[in-house]
Amino acid sequence: MTDINEKILIKGNYAIAQAAVNAGCQCYFGYPITPQTEIGEYLSGKMQELGRGYVCAESELAAINMVLGAVSTGVKAMTTSSSCAVALMQEALSYACGDELPVVLVNVMRAGPGLGYIYPAQGDYNQAVYGGGNGDYKIIVLAPSTVQECIDLTYRAFYLAQKYRNPVILLADGLLGQMMEPASFGEYPYPEIDNSSWALTGAKNRNGRIIASVAPDEKKQNQHIYNLFKKFEAITQNETDYEEFMTKDADIILTAFGSMTRNIKAAMNVLRNKGLKVGCLRPITLSPFPHKRIAELASEGKDFAVVEMNMGQMFKDVKYAVEGKSKVSLINKPVGEWLSVEEIVEAVLEGVRVNELTRV
Amino acid sequence: MSLQESNLKQVFGIPKCMKEDFRFTFCPGCDHGVAVRLVAELIDEFDLREKTIAATSVGCSVFIYNFIDVDSVEAPHGRSLASATGIKRAQPDKFVFTYSGDGDFASIGLAESMHTALRGEKITSICINNTTYGMTGGQLGPTTLMGQKTMTSPNGRNKDYYGYPIKIAEQIALCEGTAFSARVALDSIPHINQAKQALKKAFEVQLNGLGFGFVEFLSSCPTNWKMTPQEAHERVRDEMIPIYPLGVFKDITAGEN
Repeated sequence: MTDINEKILIKGNYAIAQAAVNAGCQCYFGYPITPQTEIGEYLSGKMQELGRGYVCAESELAAINMVLGAVSTGVKAMTTSSSCAVALMQEALSYACGDELPVVLVNVMRAGPGLGYIYPAQGDYNQAVYGGGNGDYKIIVLAPSTVQECIDLTYRAFYLAQKYRNPVILLADGLLGQMMEPASFGEYPYPEIDNSSWALTGAKNRNGRIIASVAPDEKKQNQHIYNLFKKFEAITQNETDYEEFMTKDADIILTAFGSMTRNIKAAMNVLRNKGLKVGCLRPITLSPFPHKRIAELASEGKDFAVVEMNMGQMFKDVKYAVEGKSKVSLINKPVGEWLSVEEIVEAVLEGVRVNELTRV
Repeated sequence: MSLQESNLKQVFGIPKCMKEDFRFTFCPGCDHGVAVRLVAELIDEFDLREKTIAATSVGCSVFIYNFIDVDSVEAPHGRSLASATGIKRAQPDKFVFTYSGDGDFASIGLAESMHTALRGEKITSICINNTTYGMTGGQLGPTTLMGQKTMTSPNGRNKDYYGYPIKIAEQIALCEGTAFSARVALDSIPHINQAKQALKKAFEVQLNGLGFGFVEFLSSCPTNWKMTPQEAHERVRDEMIPIYPLGVFKDITAGEN
């Protein structure tokens, strides 16, 4: 047995799977889809070995609803999937928000729309952050950028789901799922949450509990939704997380999420060497989104360039945060090979030139 | 004079696990009330109230959680058996049941229902077959009989437009993981008594860890059938039972004492 703090070379998908085990995930339900299938493969053996629950679900619809059932009894449970199959889970995510159930879902993104094939992509930002289910609801969305963060944010996903009784999506992508990097597991770093006040464990010495999103009374239904949003205000206050690099003197801030973050950091260094004052800001929580911090930086006159592998999904959130106080541009590509450092550098240089021209 | 003071003995009452202040919200003559009562009686008889967790459906059947005082979680339409699977895998010692209509169980939820049976999940599922979608006002469902007029089959069900109805209890019996599958009816006292015996078996196979327990209840829906309660029960007898025969289609304990 290796030391838990020792760094090992491990693939992102396996890192997520073992992190779920360490976080105390008692049940896993899943259906195969590339590029995340290794998670279910790994856990099939591991969960049986540990005497925990595992079901090869008949569909993603079934898988997420199995999670819904399991977590309603107070245990930690997870499903993992990818893009077009996560689309099938949107109904249950809406229920899980309305029911206030701590569902953990990992989306290892692939390309879309439709079947879209298995190229890397980040086209599910909107699906995760804004959701495809019905009604007003909000999900916590965490975006790892390294295999180490796949571990750390899987831990955090279980913790936040339990702490706030709210679904959490870990939004990874095919690149992270399939790449190997040195990473260490450490121990699950969060306290266990007491859920005895709501979990369904049989109505012993108490009345039966109903976990439901429905209140056939307009006032109660309104109150329920106000409560959900009040809860999310607290989540925004307490849990919004981002990383910043060299933004202090920056004129332009490169912004990206997930694995795209890796190349904006490298591009920033190249551009700094060319004498441009470039910084980076990288939201770790896509929901809650660091609107406030982006607004502060924008009011200092700093421009933003959003770099993402989609047609400009996070771009809209950055624009919304900036509120016209500075310029926001988009450097993007929908699917395929990751935007390279050179492509980003070139786009920024061109953008800066365009900018200078407009200023003249 | 109270019952204790008199020499009278109470022979019939409300099951103990029913909520104190419950009022059935089903339409007059609907058999849901009888089915819910049978579930409640068996929860009492097996002393299961404190270890029961239900995954509820969508449709008239969802209201069971307003009547029986047990832990319940709301599942989306058709997904209650998947949620029940999750509950049972997380809490193998609890008694887990689902209670849904034919639309929930055998149309939108057919994949979940069949696969739950195939996996032999140790849960008990009850399906109320009234040949129509009750809550939405009587549309054609998976069990609508050939020739039956509904809001979406105004000229009656015919094979070219609508295809054929499903025989749920027989299909579930074909699944390897099913320990017990039966069809019962609620149109008469003898049938209700038989229904209770079948439901008891479906409870027992779960309690004994044998596999999936299933009972299909042929039930009336006077409102959507546009009949009096009495006419509705006659329809169950005269039109439904000939197509959906009553009986036990699988019982892996048969022959045991």
